[in-house]
Amino acid sequence: MADDKDVLRDVWFGRIPTCFTLNQDEVTEREAEAYYLLLPRVSYLTLVTDKVKKHFLKVMRAEDVEEMWFEYEGTPLKWHYPIGVLFDLHASNSVLPWSITVHFKNFPDQDLLHCPSSSVIEAHFMSSIKEADALKHKSQVVNDMQKKDHKQLWMGLQNDKFDQFWAMNRKLMEYPTEEGGFRYIPFRIYQAMSDRPFIQKLFRPVSPEGNAYTLGDLLKEMYPAAITNDGEQKRYQVVIHGIEPLLETPLQWLSEHLSHPDNFLHICVVPTPSD
Amino acid sequence: MPVSLLWAVDVYGRVYGLSTAGQQWDQCRDAQMEFKRVTAAQQCCWGIACDNNIYLNVHASDLSIRYQEETYENQRWNPVDGFSERLLPSDRWQWSDVTGLQHQPLDSFQLPSSSWEWEGDWYVDENFEGEPTEKGGWTYAIDFPATYTKDKKWNSCVRRRRWLRYRKYKAMDTWAKIPSQHTTLPDPFSDISCGGWEISEEPRGRLCLWAVSLQGKVWFREGIYHHNPEGASWEEVLLPGEVVQISCGPADLVWAVLWEGQLIVREGISRDCPKGASWAIVESPSSDVGATHVAVGNNVVWVVTKDNKVWFRRGVNSHNPCGSGWISMVGEMIMINVGQNDQVWAISSEDRAVYFRQGVTSSELSGKTWKAITVPRDGDRSHSSANLEKGSADGPESGKTSRDVGKATPTVLEEDTISHEGDAKAPCAGVALSPSQSGSPLDTQWSNVDLEEAQSQQAQTGAVLDSADTCSLSSVATYTLAMEDPYGGDEHPLWAWVSGGGCSVDSHSQLSWFNSVNTASLVQSVLSMSLSVSPAQTAAWRKQIFEQLSERTRREIDNFKHYEQAIEQSVWVKKGSMQWWRDWKPHKWIDVHFALEQFSGPEGNKDGILFIYYNYYEEKKYLHAFINEVTILVPVLNDSKHTFAIYTPERTKQRWPIRLAAATELEMHDWLALLSVSCCDSRGIQGPPAKQAIWSITCKGDIFVSEPSPGLEAVPYPTPCDQMFWRQVGGHLHIVECNSVGIVWGIGFDHTAWIYTGGYGGGFFQGLASSTDNIYTQTDVKSVYIYENQRWNPVTGYTNRGLPTDRYMWSDASGLHECTKANTKPPSPQWTWVSEWAIDYSVSGGTDREGWQYAADFPASYHGYKTMKDFVRRRRWARKCKLTTTGPWQEVPPIALSDVTILPCAAQSTVDMVPVWAISNKGDVLCRLGVTALTPAGSSWLHVGTDQPFKSISIGAASQVWAIARDGSAFYRGSVSPQNPAGPLDQVGHYDFTSHIYRHGGNTYHTACLFVGDFVAFVLGLQVWIIADKVQGSHSLSCGTVCHRLAVQPMQPKGQSWDYGIGGGWDHITVRGNSVEPPHIRFPSLTDTSSPRSLLEVRNTEVDSSTSGC
Repeated sequence: MADDKDVLRDVWFGRIPTCFTLNQDEVTEREAEAYYLLLPRVSYLTLVTDKVKKHFLKVMRAEDVEEMWFEYEGTPLKWHYPIGVLFDLHASNSVLPWSITVHFKNFPDQDLLHCPSSSVIEAHFMSSIKEADALKHKSQVVNDMQKKDHKQLWMGLQNDKFDQFWAMNRKLMEYPTEEGGFRYIPFRIYQAMSDRPFIQKLFRPVSPEGNAYTLGDLLKEMYPAAITNDGEQKRYQVVIHGIEPLLETPLQWLSEHLSHPDNFLHICVVPTPSD
Repeated sequence: MPVSLLWAVDVYGRVYGLSTAGQQWDQCRDAQMEFKRVTAAQQCCWGIACDNNIYLNVHASDLSIRYQEETYENQRWNPVDGFSERLLPSDRWQWSDVTGLQHQPLDSFQLPSSSWEWEGDWYVDENFEGEPTEKGGWTYAIDFPATYTKDKKWNSCVRRRRWLRYRKYKAMDTWAKIPSQHTTLPDPFSDISCGGWEISEEPRGRLCLWAVSLQGKVWFREGIYHHNPEGASWEEVLLPGEVVQISCGPADLVWAVLWEGQLIVREGISRDCPKGASWAIVESPSSDVGATHVAVGNNVVWVVTKDNKVWFRRGVNSHNPCGSGWISMVGEMIMINVGQNDQVWAISSEDRAVYFRQGVTSSELSGKTWKAITVPRDGDRSHSSANLEKGSADGPESGKTSRDVGKATPTVLEEDTISHEGDAKAPCAGVALSPSQSGSPLDTQWSNVDLEEAQSQQAQTGAVLDSADTCSLSSVATYTLAMEDPYGGDEHPLWAWVSGGGCSVDSHSQLSWFNSVNTASLVQSVLSMSLSVSPAQTAAWRKQIFEQLSERTRREIDNFKHYEQAIEQSVWVKKGSMQWWRDWKPHKWIDVHFALEQFSGPEGNKDGILFIYYNYYEEKKYLHAFINEVTILVPVLNDSKHTFAIYTPERTKQRWPIRLAAATELEMHDWLALLSVSCCDSRGIQGPPAKQAIWSITCKGDIFVSEPSPGLEAVPYPTPCDQMFWRQVGGHLHIVECNSVGIVWGIGFDHTAWIYTGGYGGGFFQGLASSTDNIYTQTDVKSVYIYENQRWNPVTGYTNRGLPTDRYMWSDASGLHECTKANTKPPSPQWTWVSEWAIDYSVSGGTDREGWQYAADFPASYHGYKTMKDFVRRRRWARKCKLTTTGPWQEVPPIALSDVTILPCAAQSTVDMVPVWAISNKGDVLCRLGVTALTPAGSSWLHVGTDQPFKSISIGAASQVWAIARDGSAFYRGSVSPQNPAGPLDQVGHYDFTSHIYRHGGNTYHTACLFVGDFVAFVLGLQVWIIADKVQGSHSLSCGTVCHRLAVQPMQPKGQSWDYGIGGGWDHITVRGNSVEPPHIRFPSLTDTSSPRSLLEVRNTEVDSSTSGC
């Protein structure tokens, strides 16, 4: 039987084959070829698309270029969501590669945050980690870390260094044995067809009686519609990292193994494809 | 930590045990009677039953309690009859003890009590001082008493032989009555307390048992030790007053409470005088309220006064047993008990619950808070009905059963109790006949707990307690239960007494005693929690995630491998500051910058380079090492710096590793873990070690494993020793033994047996370098020794003023280094002191009563008595320190081992039994039953009875077991089979193994002295590996080097030369996992000493400074 460590590795090295095409409306000097790339599921769009930008800039005039943004089938893609979440939420049942349209004009300010440099991503990433640790350990672990430890986490993500990242991240995943888990589970539930960005509430991994809560328990509380009752047609898929864990999976285990590097468990609830 | 028990008695006199691993009180079903008080040690529990007799419950152990009776048959030669029983009138008895003064015919030996049985009949001991004697076991001398020899000479006028018979203690796990002494004990006992097991290790298992009689006298039980658990007799101890209660700590503290409320403290307790010499009086903590109860530990005294207030005595230790002052504590208790590690239990006066004092550590002996133990009793739900059954069964039978327990004549008192008990039971029996009432239980429970008769009625329907006429005479148990409580009294046991003397917990112990709320759900969750480890591995949800993840990889990655990666792999550098033991003279620590550069190698495998940047005469220079050339990373023992060594083949040859020191322990561990992962990555090694791995141990106790190519001997050019890659496994061991099916046993410095769990990592390897399952806490304890040296001068005798040329007056064993009590530190920062300095009497050569050894001068051979020629003396002080770490090891309780051996077989299936033999640290020979590849820990020990203690054991091909006794005799046990795992043991002769213990797995003795030195050598198949004391070209630190004998062939068993590997500082190696195929070699007869040997194991434990001759 494989070890739980392999799950961490699989999660980290998850890739989405992506085809970037330039938006038709962009003014180009010559026709832009599509650009194919394997995107890390746990990273952020604007962090890993330098090559895409370089590729398309070759066919464009500098004065036509504003801030780059991405769109999938009419939906602007929020760079501050992990790439895997964007894919699972919007394109989980589509044909691979994932086809993303690249824009250099008409930045949708109402939908997207600006991302002028990677330091913005770093700030966003670190604030997520801090928020998660506030939930897990009252911020005790992250506050005990030094500046260079924080840097190691970020550099690990930026350079796709699994060992480097986990050498530090494991500290964030520790908890007192007698407690049976974190204080609260840092999670976010995303819905495909909703105006609300995501659901995030306080939820403990262990019941007062000492029983471990499961993914099902969490959904029952947060999003009962996502659960298929007996005899019902399955309406929703509950997707984490492109897979559908069983509802009896313990939440604490999920949080330790299927969280993104930002230490949040990102759960996508998407409608079952009607084919 | 082994499972141990907390004992308690409830107000009805029922005895319960709570396991440190358990979550409920288990009733001691065997206790046919009610008990008043119990007092526990690790190996047994003493109690006073309601018949006022003292009972002993010895915990069952795989190691049976065998007592050797011996007597001597003496004969004298006369010209007519030759040797005959006819002795001279001035001679000793025909049958006598060893001195000849005591008449001891065979039939004078009686079993001391009904708890014993004879193991066999008398037989003649044919072993004399480790050598087999002529038939008949006679030894000869000129006259009585004289020096005996095994050979008969012309002038041998007398002879004698020793007869042996064993008796065995059979009353295990049952309450056996201690025969009473009618003549000296006019009144029954009211309190007892046992302890004193830390005063001395000799004789083994010694206990001190103190008892108080109803008239207030104090008695001491003489002669309790392992082979005589019941003790010999009661001795009265004179008193300044009348005592009500007494408490004896694990070491030399004994306190008692007087009727008047003062306390008395026993002074002068020592290893020679466990009874102590005199009493000192300590006033009650409160001037107007007397003390009623006292409990002592190693360095603590707790007292309860009449108003139920709790007091802690400050400043108590063995030098000052009276302490210095009282501190008032919170809580109102009726009794307190102190167990091991000064942990404290108490029974609250308010709710009669057992409380545990949390946070008691050696630095904070008074602890932090009281925490109630809230676990349920077994069968609490069906409690009322079970109780009724018990009542009805006990009524008619109680008289009989109590007689069964103690065969000795029942005293009048006992009869009294029985009739009383029978009467008391009657109402219960009555209730039992009307089962309709058990739905709303209204059973009146009775017991005759001395003066503490108690009655309690369950008041589910709001019934009022009928306490007017039957309530307790003392302050016990008139207690109103909460009316709304759905389970009435069953929910809340009322306790009368608790004893933690047998309960090995400390402030770090994880106990699950405190969080139960609901009985049923608790038991449920316990079950699911205890099972959660293995089913989690196979749980559907887990399987689903693994399957889906690999499905995801197929879907999203496998078809798109030709796509470009978004993030390019680059070089990753980790930097730090360290100190480096520089390579050139004068050697010293210099500050350096340290960097590890990691990158992906040409074939996608990871690799790296280590850089050490230093300044050489203002010039910046660096030293580097390729990660794929590093053979081992070794933490080095250093009491002030956090140092480790990096070896490459070249540096192993030079015996000069790169030695580095990190600023903090944490930093060193981070670096070691990182470098280790890096080295393993570059060699493509991951996960647990293979079954063929070679295991070794450093003298520091670190565990290393190396996985050579299968069949080291098979290839014509085996991997040179210095190129073997070793990686560390978490944990701490002294000895490790393995075999080829992956069974690995270890023994710690404290003789605890450990079994390898199949994991990897642990210790400072955390996160990715460690497996998640199979890692457990491991502790080890060892002693640090220093010597106190003195020189004699004619004026003042022995003083600590030596000659100017003398060694330090406080030194290490060599005398070269000064080691005082104050400046001696534990071996490394990971170790912490757990005891005070104490004189060590167990030094080879013996000591006098104060621990001194004498000699003519330093350094010389020391002896344990003073002669006219002795001008210097020394004594050894020992202090224990403890290490707590983690590793893939699980304890095999409860017997402590000194040696273990596993058959190097290639078992055909995972259910085949694998022979495992061991020697306990007391010298018992043990055979482990039920060991298979699936259950490497086995099930139980089979104790193989022997006439003398053993020190070394080895099992070889065809399951031949060889063992060496402490007196040097070698024993051989053939035809060990699964059907007869123990086989017969034959003595094959005496070899002078006092300096060299050669261990043999084969058929012959191999006494050629290939090596002189401190070495451990193991031979397997045709592999010979040793730990050499010194090797050629060695520097001072290279003692303990792994060496491999090259070209050992069946016809050339001596081989050709040694190949030197990693070292120094190595202590132990086992290559038994590396056997390629099961040995199929036919064995010639025992007498053929020149025959080839296929399995040979050599081991030497003697320190010898000579260098190797080969």
